[in-house]
Amino acid sequence: MRSYTPKDDVQQKAYYKDRFFVKPPVPKSDIANDEIFSKDLNSIKNIVNILDSYVEVEHLVLVINPEDNYKVISYLNKSLNYDFLVELTAVDYIAKRGGFEIIYELLSTSKRKRIRVKTFIKFSETIQSVEPLFRMADWSEREMFDMYGVKVINHPNLRRILMPNDWAGHPLLKTYPLHGDETGSWYEIDKIFGKDAREVVGPELRDSACVERYDTDRFARLGHEVSKGTPISQGNEPDTPIRYQEEGGVKLFGKKLVTPFDEIETVHLKQRK
Amino acid sequence: MQQTNRLKPFFENINFEREDNTMVVNFGPQHPSAHGQLRLMLELQGEEVLKATPDIGYLHRGIEKMGENMTYNEFLPTTDRMDYIASSSNNYGYALAIEKLLGIEAPRRAEVIRTMLIELNRIISHLFWLATHALDVGAMSIFLYAFREREYAMDLMEDYCGARLTHSAVRIGGVPLDLPKNWTEDLLKFTQTLESQIPIYEGLLTKNRIWKMRLENVGVIPEEMAKSWGVTGVALRGSGVKWDLRKEMPYGIYAELDFDIPISDKCDSYGRYKCYMQEMYESSKILKQLIPMYKDSDTQLMAHNPEYISAPKEEIMTQNYSLMQHFVLVTQGMRPPVGEVYVATESPKGELGFYIVSDGSAYAYKLKCRAPSFFHTGLLTDLLPGHQLADVVTIIGSLNIVFGEIDR
Repeated sequence: MRSYTPKDDVQQKAYYKDRFFVKPPVPKSDIANDEIFSKDLNSIKNIVNILDSYVEVEHLVLVINPEDNYKVISYLNKSLNYDFLVELTAVDYIAKRGGFEIIYELLSTSKRKRIRVKTFIKFSETIQSVEPLFRMADWSEREMFDMYGVKVINHPNLRRILMPNDWAGHPLLKTYPLHGDETGSWYEIDKIFGKDAREVVGPELRDSACVERYDTDRFARLGHEVSKGTPISQGNEPDTPIRYQEEGGVKLFGKKLVTPFDEIETVHLKQRK
Repeated sequence: MQQTNRLKPFFENINFEREDNTMVVNFGPQHPSAHGQLRLMLELQGEEVLKATPDIGYLHRGIEKMGENMTYNEFLPTTDRMDYIASSSNNYGYALAIEKLLGIEAPRRAEVIRTMLIELNRIISHLFWLATHALDVGAMSIFLYAFREREYAMDLMEDYCGARLTHSAVRIGGVPLDLPKNWTEDLLKFTQTLESQIPIYEGLLTKNRIWKMRLENVGVIPEEMAKSWGVTGVALRGSGVKWDLRKEMPYGIYAELDFDIPISDKCDSYGRYKCYMQEMYESSKILKQLIPMYKDSDTQLMAHNPEYISAPKEEIMTQNYSLMQHFVLVTQGMRPPVGEVYVATESPKGELGFYIVSDGSAYAYKLKCRAPSFFHTGLLTDLLPGHQLADVVTIIGSLNIVFGEIDR
């Protein structure tokens, strides 16, 4: 029976499953141990509803409602001195939870602390742009839209950024295969020659290690070397025996490796004569 | 009417000559001063830039997608291809992120060797920047001088790991090899040569009238703009913000090292140039401090954690259980704990961060690389308007952008 591959996640998976393996979590420390983080958390709790908060690998992680994102980032920036929004991205949880997790990474240069703000939106929902607060969100949100298809509202210029404007699909979704989907792999052919040319051109040969046996233009067989472009498909290839040092074939003169030139034995010269 | 499914030059859609006398110029994607595949659409009034629209993605290879489809150790050589001028910094940033996720620490000797590699790589990157930037601005001879020194540095790299450009010299949990014989002596010799050469470069440029005219008050990034655009690295320090992750949020053994953070409050290209030159001295200073630290350190090179890291070769060859664990790690890959991590390091370009979500399997659930050059390119939208066309090249050069990491 063919093994079942889920359609909602086509990423590479380990072929071996250890039934008794228990996945350990990354340890989360208590916020009360960190003075600055607990102060910041108490101050932000007065403003918005914080769903969850913990400290994970030196980061304070805040989980908020998606409609509060602008308010929280603005408060962190203006009142709590988090002056850098270093990263903004989405994580695809469509298969598991039916939506995206949006991540905002903030850095405070005065406190030397990092905060991660997380929020979850459903697949059909949109998120407010934080571009008025941080100009870098202009490009980051464009990248998020390009890679995941997350729609950002009030964004000044929500276009694709890395992929071409007329690309179909969003490459970082779990449903998007690594080698591209059908439209992706035929993108150039469709554009230059039209869709009808797919049959003429044929699928792209992706195997870079492929060696064609009778192609003397691009390949040379060891021990059967012929001049470039010689037709050998009829089995008429001449034999060029490899000669070894041990058999006295290749002689060493001084320090240099020199192959003595033997006119009679050389196949090419024979043919030319 | 243009058919949407036919490839036609898109320039036809742009009005080159407009009624208001502005002209649209496509700068790139094949412009020699674009430092890769940058397409800049510039709207010009005479020679003054009115509007700049950077267009990226010409080098997009889907490295983040590849990261989700490769095991953690498999992906490490791919990080070389991001910022290919300083590949050791990428390797280190990635390895450090995974180590934080696993909760392990590299042994001291490995950490010393890694720091040597990334500082040497910083020098290589800065020399490359100096050479190409000066060439863009019009100084030819500095290119030859800087590339000569860069060759020596790359020879050192080659002696250590066999590669000159894509090193992959760092592993998750340490380094694979000890330094070769006499490498530290060669390194010391190199730092001395470099320190004697940098004054010569500075002599050619710092007080050069043409150089000053081309760089001073060109590309002024105010502090507010830099923070808003997430600008880091030398571009931020050139705007008068004293922020270097090596000093302010130290990782590895940087807390033990003695070095200064050069800053400039001029905010222009000339200030950034001065910071770059000073940083090379500082890196050289760090390298010299690392040599005695290397000699004092224990010989262990990889962290000892059989759950995630293969045991040393001797153990694998003598102990059955180590061999089994090694086999599992190689065939299936390590399975880190479930969680998220964002680790930032100071690469030569700025803050290089890796955000990794692990779901406990051998493949990363999400891998995002925070590339500093990405935001430095975005900054061009706000920075270029008001400048002359000739200054565009200077500004792009002084921001030190590398397209391998912008497009990923």
